[in-house]
Amino acid sequence: MSGVGPDRSGPAGAYWAALDEGALRFQRCRACGAAQLPAREECTTCLSPELGWETARGGARLISWVVYHRPYHEAFADRVPYNVAVVELQEGPRLISNILAPNESLRIEMPLRLELGESFGQTVPLFRPVAG
Amino acid sequence: MTLSGKCVIAGIGATAFGKHPGRSSVSLNVEAIRAALADAGVEKGQVDALFVKPPTSDFQMLYTVKVASALGIRTRMGGAWDQGGAANATLISIACMAIEAGQIDVAVVSFADTPRTGNAAVYARPRGDDSLYGWFGTLPGYAMIMQRHMGVHGTPREAFGEIAVAARRHGAANPKAQVRNPLSMADYMAADPLVAPLTRDDCTLISDGGGAVVVMSARRAAELGVAAPVPILGWGYGQTYEEVTYRADLTTTMATVSGATALGMAGLTPERVECVQLYDCFTIAALMTLEDYGFCRKGQAADFVKDGALQLDGALPFNTSGGLLSETGMPGMQLIHEGVRQMRGTSVNQVRGARNVVISNQGGVMQTHSTLVLGQ
Repeated sequence: MSGVGPDRSGPAGAYWAALDEGALRFQRCRACGAAQLPAREECTTCLSPELGWETARGGARLISWVVYHRPYHEAFADRVPYNVAVVELQEGPRLISNILAPNESLRIEMPLRLELGESFGQTVPLFRPVAG
Repeated sequence: MTLSGKCVIAGIGATAFGKHPGRSSVSLNVEAIRAALADAGVEKGQVDALFVKPPTSDFQMLYTVKVASALGIRTRMGGAWDQGGAANATLISIACMAIEAGQIDVAVVSFADTPRTGNAAVYARPRGDDSLYGWFGTLPGYAMIMQRHMGVHGTPREAFGEIAVAARRHGAANPKAQVRNPLSMADYMAADPLVAPLTRDDCTLISDGGGAVVVMSARRAAELGVAAPVPILGWGYGQTYEEVTYRADLTTTMATVSGATALGMAGLTPERVECVQLYDCFTIAALMTLEDYGFCRKGQAADFVKDGALQLDGALPFNTSGGLLSETGMPGMQLIHEGVRQMRGTSVNQVRGARNVVISNQGGVMQTHSTLVLGQ
């Protein structure tokens, strides 16, 4: 599949395994309570290695986005123009995703809702705008 | 004790910019250093420190050893500094601190790379697992910041156009510039997006070439009879570090700290700065640096840059040799060279009466930052 796919080694393995089961999860520090993505070995707030997992409720907002008019990879040649966005979950963590809406309709800070989709055989978290 | 003005850039040298098929980055380093030593009037045997920024497109272990071997020199200090496009300015400041600490006498700082005729794949690599969403390359990270700036601060595309138009006007007058055709605002506004909101004219050139400087104390330069030493008045640093995805405030970086530190060391305020050479790998980087350095308030850059304010006859002449957008895509050294020429009074776009120049270098996707202030 053209070399596009997640690296399941290390702490991200549990993130992708949860998505396989239909859940978007982020790390919650058991020591200080901070929430984070991407998955790491330690909490970036207090440096504790005691990290648990929590399922995202699905609410989010659009921080920013870009629209690729030229593919950087052959696997995306027939997808242009496509958007890539930075999304912030209501619990705080941010992630890269795609917004399921026309590129022209996207607005900074617009409210979004999680919608699981698929990319190259992997379940991925995508987002769709919702009425504010 | 301040180190402001204690050290100077004694010489600068560069290769031609553009394509150097078949040349190694080591060879381009040697050519640039040969020219810088000649400009300073220094023999290679007098150099006792060699600091290099490793080539982006062909990263190698112990790269300084290879350059030093090709130069046929032994030095006291030496090493490569991995800070992306911020490295050249930082290395010059490290040379100053080592000179004033008595560890070294004459330092060479150098960079060369061949991404144009060599391998530019590093600029289009997948961003880890996020390749699943089509997230590839360095350029789109800047587009992400630009979109946020436009959305949060209401910055119009014309503001970015002002930066591109100024750089291209200045490059058009520079015989060494890689791109010499001027750009009109109408051309800028009409261009198709590459990765929206970025168009081609917002983006750095990709260039082969090398550049070097010779650094020594002002006292040593006087003893050696260096023809045109340029005092280094200040420097500063600020590292933002977070990837764009995880950066809480996308439109402000640690350039605020870097700029304030450097200006403070030089005894300057933004109002007294007469010329700037800002890292313009993408127009958004230069625009945000203007804000972060305090030339205008956050979100006010569109008003600050309008009506040609960044052009030679404007309020704050910017990138007077064309910068990364027009002269060469080299990551930062050309901006330092142009700062030196402005202080010597030898720029092809000389800012009349300029007594100081502020230079920014930055790397990653606005993750690393370093500032230099030069004077007379």
